[in-house]
Amino acid sequence: MRARGLFTRTALVLGLAFLYLPILSMIVFSFNNSRLVTVWDTAHSPTLKWYVALMSNEQILRAAWLSIRIALIAASAAVVLGTLAGMALTRLGAFRGRMLLAGMTTAPIVMPEVITGLSLLLLFVAMQQLIGWPKGVGAVTITLAHITFCMAYVTVVVQSRLSGFDEALEEAAMDLGARPLRVFLRITLPLILPAIASGWLLAFTLSWDDLVITQFVAGPGSSTLPMVIFSKVRFGVTPDVNALATIMVLIVATGIAVSTAWMRYRQQRRVRDLQLAAAANL
Amino acid sequence: MKSAIPNVNVMPPAADPDSAYVRIANLTKRFGDFMAVDDVSLDIRRGEIFCLLGGSGSGKTTLLRMLAGFELPSAGTIRIDGADMSAIPPYERPVNMMFQSYALFPHMSVEKNVAFGLEQEGRGREQIRHQVGEILDIVKMGGFGARKPHQLSGGQRQRVALARALVKRPKLLLLDEPLAALDKKLREHTQFELLNIQQRLGVTFIVVTHDQEEAMTLGTRLGVMNHGRIAQIGTPADIYESPATRFVADFIGSVNMFEGRVSDEGSDCLRIDCTELGCTVRAERTVSCTRGAIVWTAIRPEKINISRQPPTAAGQPGPAENAVRGTVREIAYMGDMSIYLVQIDSGRVMRVTLPNVMRGAERPIARQESVWLSWHGSSPVVLTE
Repeated sequence: MRARGLFTRTALVLGLAFLYLPILSMIVFSFNNSRLVTVWDTAHSPTLKWYVALMSNEQILRAAWLSIRIALIAASAAVVLGTLAGMALTRLGAFRGRMLLAGMTTAPIVMPEVITGLSLLLLFVAMQQLIGWPKGVGAVTITLAHITFCMAYVTVVVQSRLSGFDEALEEAAMDLGARPLRVFLRITLPLILPAIASGWLLAFTLSWDDLVITQFVAGPGSSTLPMVIFSKVRFGVTPDVNALATIMVLIVATGIAVSTAWMRYRQQRRVRDLQLAAAANL
Repeated sequence: MKSAIPNVNVMPPAADPDSAYVRIANLTKRFGDFMAVDDVSLDIRRGEIFCLLGGSGSGKTTLLRMLAGFELPSAGTIRIDGADMSAIPPYERPVNMMFQSYALFPHMSVEKNVAFGLEQEGRGREQIRHQVGEILDIVKMGGFGARKPHQLSGGQRQRVALARALVKRPKLLLLDEPLAALDKKLREHTQFELLNIQQRLGVTFIVVTHDQEEAMTLGTRLGVMNHGRIAQIGTPADIYESPATRFVADFIGSVNMFEGRVSDEGSDCLRIDCTELGCTVRAERTVSCTRGAIVWTAIRPEKINISRQPPTAAGQPGPAENAVRGTVREIAYMGDMSIYLVQIDSGRVMRVTLPNVMRGAERPIARQESVWLSWHGSSPVVLTE
């Protein structure tokens, strides 16, 4: 019994170390004074100078702002399209080509990113020649490409939520005099909102850190943050990249912590309510 | 099986158009090759509780969903208060429904759930509040307005669902298995409460249920459904005491059924030779049949007498009438009554129930005892189909 406890504990520690040591070392070295990434300057560390340098780095700030804008637009558009696709797939019943549509909406998830990126680039070039839009590659084409692959993830999330949806709820609303649009806005939408929200967050993160597809459809002057980091790293890692990455980790960690805490609170409240209801029943 | 139960249209079209509040005519619903509802014609009167009773797949729920407007009929018409419902979507019908799952909106409080229907009509806030409070008081859920559905017990949810369906004061309320989700004790209590509320508000109820007990206590009239058709319509007593077909006799309550041949027909009584039973059955003449016709006699278990001595009329020599000999095989003591399974001399087993009138009867009938079973001439029901 003790041996097993020791074993599982060791496995846990090793697993966590495997996952988080790289990130931890990156965070530590972001406070390093030395220009050399691998040498710890004991005399002048820790320091915040790379963070200060980051704030005045025009290129990185511009790239971060572009990435945020693209992620916001792409996630929002993907949520609208993905929700519609998810509803169509769960609600329309057996229509001709249903399996095909289901397969096609989720294909981008399993498709190699290189292929998705290349095919999108070819499409954009062809479209420009035919209808003159989009003009060249840049922020617009990056956003369109991100919507394309983010939508697939949102569809899957929304679809799974809708498949467990009691359609009697919608019928009841209709029976009480609500027209279809009102039924959707007052009943369906509020109930699938958690799925839509998590789909949006997923899409935002995917868009925020996508590199491969973005590289295909980006143009001069439209470098996203992952592209800037990647190009900087190619000329050797500099400590300001560590600082940038640390900030990103901090943002993501805060987001996860807040959403987990909120879900826990809701779960606890639900359990308490159920216990109260059961007690009232006695 | 299907051909054995033809569509019996017991209700002739009412002469007074006002008496038929809901008029269903030749209603049919096909799902692919499957006939869910097959040419059903039915009149429902104002203010009554009409129970549609049937097993699963009998078409009762599909019929209800067509009344609510969730399914479109393949053929036939539904008229509610004289108005054709064919082109009316569910949100414009003068009908409300209580769902089997209750379908309470989980993200809204009890008050909001009940108010939802009134909000769709664009009533004023004060009026909505007043009406919601009133109906919640009627279903005795007055103090629970702020609760969410998951904070309620099953019985409380059922009341809220009822309040939500009644708050718009519909003239017709559809109830899909209203008591199925409640436990037995609560079900009995709620049944009477439902009757009380129905009488107070004067709403016409159409109840779908698979539970015959529920249908008998709730319904002013029952419609027994089988394979998408109406097998019989009548009051609970009609259906129980005078079933029209073998299916109905067998479906409602339990029954001892024997095939036989009509041997003699008097002006008001029939004699039927039952080889399976080993005696001649004398029954009241309720159906028209000729000598030699194959018929079935159905006798309810509680209408059979059990005794050690041969009944007086059967003591005479010659073939016995309405009496058979048998051996008690099993006795099930139920408290208020006992069920006896008696193997008669022909080999068939008959089911007999007797109320336990006396405490500690002196010499109760025991297993393996030889007994006589007899019944009155009014007890057997003669069925031709």
